[in-house]
Amino acid sequence: MRKRLLEAIRQTVFMGPAVLVYLAVLLIPFLLGLYYSMTDWNGASASYSWVGFDNYRSALFDPDFIRSFWFTIRLTLAIALLMNVIGFGLAFLLTKKLRFRNLWRAVFFVPNVLGGLILGFLWNFIFTKCFEAIGEATNWHLFTIPWLGNENTAFWSLVIVSVWHGLGYVMIIYIAGLAGVPAEIREAAQIDGAAGWTLLIQVTFPLIMASITVCLFWTISSTLRIFDLNYSLTSGGPFGSTESVAMNIYYEAFRDNHFGLGSAKAVIFFAVVVVITAAQVLLTKRKEVEA
Amino acid sequence: MIGRRARKRLIAAEGMLLVVSVAFLYPLALALMNSLKTMNDILMNMGSLPREYVWSNYETAWNVLNFPRALLNSLLIDVFSVLGVTLISAMCAYQIVRRSGRFNRAMFGLFVASMVIPFHAIMIPLVQVLRELGMINSLHGIVFAYWGLSLAFAIFLYHGFVKALPYEIEEAALIDGASVYSVFFRIVLPLLKPITVTVVIINALWIWNDFLLPMIVLQGPDNRTIQVAINTMFGQYMKRWDVALPGIVMSLAPSVLFFLLMQRQIVEGISSGGIKG
Repeated sequence: MRKRLLEAIRQTVFMGPAVLVYLAVLLIPFLLGLYYSMTDWNGASASYSWVGFDNYRSALFDPDFIRSFWFTIRLTLAIALLMNVIGFGLAFLLTKKLRFRNLWRAVFFVPNVLGGLILGFLWNFIFTKCFEAIGEATNWHLFTIPWLGNENTAFWSLVIVSVWHGLGYVMIIYIAGLAGVPAEIREAAQIDGAAGWTLLIQVTFPLIMASITVCLFWTISSTLRIFDLNYSLTSGGPFGSTESVAMNIYYEAFRDNHFGLGSAKAVIFFAVVVVITAAQVLLTKRKEVEA
Repeated sequence: MIGRRARKRLIAAEGMLLVVSVAFLYPLALALMNSLKTMNDILMNMGSLPREYVWSNYETAWNVLNFPRALLNSLLIDVFSVLGVTLISAMCAYQIVRRSGRFNRAMFGLFVASMVIPFHAIMIPLVQVLRELGMINSLHGIVFAYWGLSLAFAIFLYHGFVKALPYEIEEAALIDGASVYSVFFRIVLPLLKPITVTVVIINALWIWNDFLLPMIVLQGPDNRTIQVAINTMFGQYMKRWDVALPGIVMSLAPSVLFFLLMQRQIVEGISSGGIKG
């Protein structure tokens, strides 16, 4: 009897806080969101009514919402691809016997500890003022165009800054992956005549597949959720052409006070993120091998 | 046994990296350089050092941001969020591993599953829940929210680590009559130190840089964090780069300082967190 009581106290003390916080901050809001998504609540009024799936229909027929999805997916593809290729390249180079390699690693990692919001404001300065100054001095077309004022270049501005911002993270993970490739395997492959690209593709890639999974997961899931950088660099402009899904949801709920519709969009967003990231993890996990 | 050609190539790589590194950090240098100029000087001589150093830019930005207040708010939120989530999740993961009954295993499944929920998917109802709990517009309210938002990943990391701990030491202490609480705090918690460093670093960084949650739940100038203060400042001083740039530099400084002091721990923490995640 006493033992059961002690076990119950132990369970409450150790698990209680986590379960409580989890319920209040994650589970209840998640379920509440499902409920709100079927109402026409504006976030403030005391009364609202049940509208069933109307909000989902409105969301799917909202051209801005659909556009924000395509924008976010295109952005994710571009960023995930570039960040992983460049990040791996850097990691590959920085696992060679370079004298200052720790310094270079630190340099490329610095932006990663800085906040996306502030960096967006900083790059806003670069793309508007600095480019203008370079353009005036050199007359290069590349710098005379208004980068943030044009749909296409605004997209690439976001890609450039995101890659600059997140590169260090990807690099670190790939460095850890490469450090885990046993030298004997590489040497054995070299004795068998593998070199250069063959060695890289046939031997190294399969052995660092776990790092590739992690880096793809991180780049994809963080870009799908992009908000801060997007908000401060382009604020969705010009004309909403660079508005991410997270921003679209934010505006729907907190600027236009459509909590119901915003919640429906949030549920759709959640489902899409889960499907995309799960598909990616399943796909790359299958390719993992043991050294 | 590096051949001469290989060594030459390494030196060439080193030279190339120097150029790329300078270019890579140049945006930060531009902000620093131009933060000390007059508006006119910024527009006319962007790429050079200031003609005269206008330190008063920093004074203006300091006041506009209400910097001491914002810094204090950010620090308080960060410290208490990280302390809380570390303790809560270490205890929870320990219990899940040592008492893996059906309920605890199910909870672990729920924790891990919730790692895929994007913040934006729950932010709307989360504001309502915090309001009902009387936690809107207060620092302790947002700390509570951060516990919840960072809990799952922390439990996941601790879970993997505790599973690898040998039970014999704890068992011996328990047989000697120690309570499970003193075993946890005196034996287990110190053993968890490596993963605790990871949990602390990962959470300290993202919570420090988080913008959306404080913007939604903290209203009023006295509650602003650094991120919110910067955003407010840009609302008013969008074209005044002689105020905005020192504001940016000032707000990035704590993170840069943290990185310089903790570089090794940050890199190791990030890479071990990433590999397990």
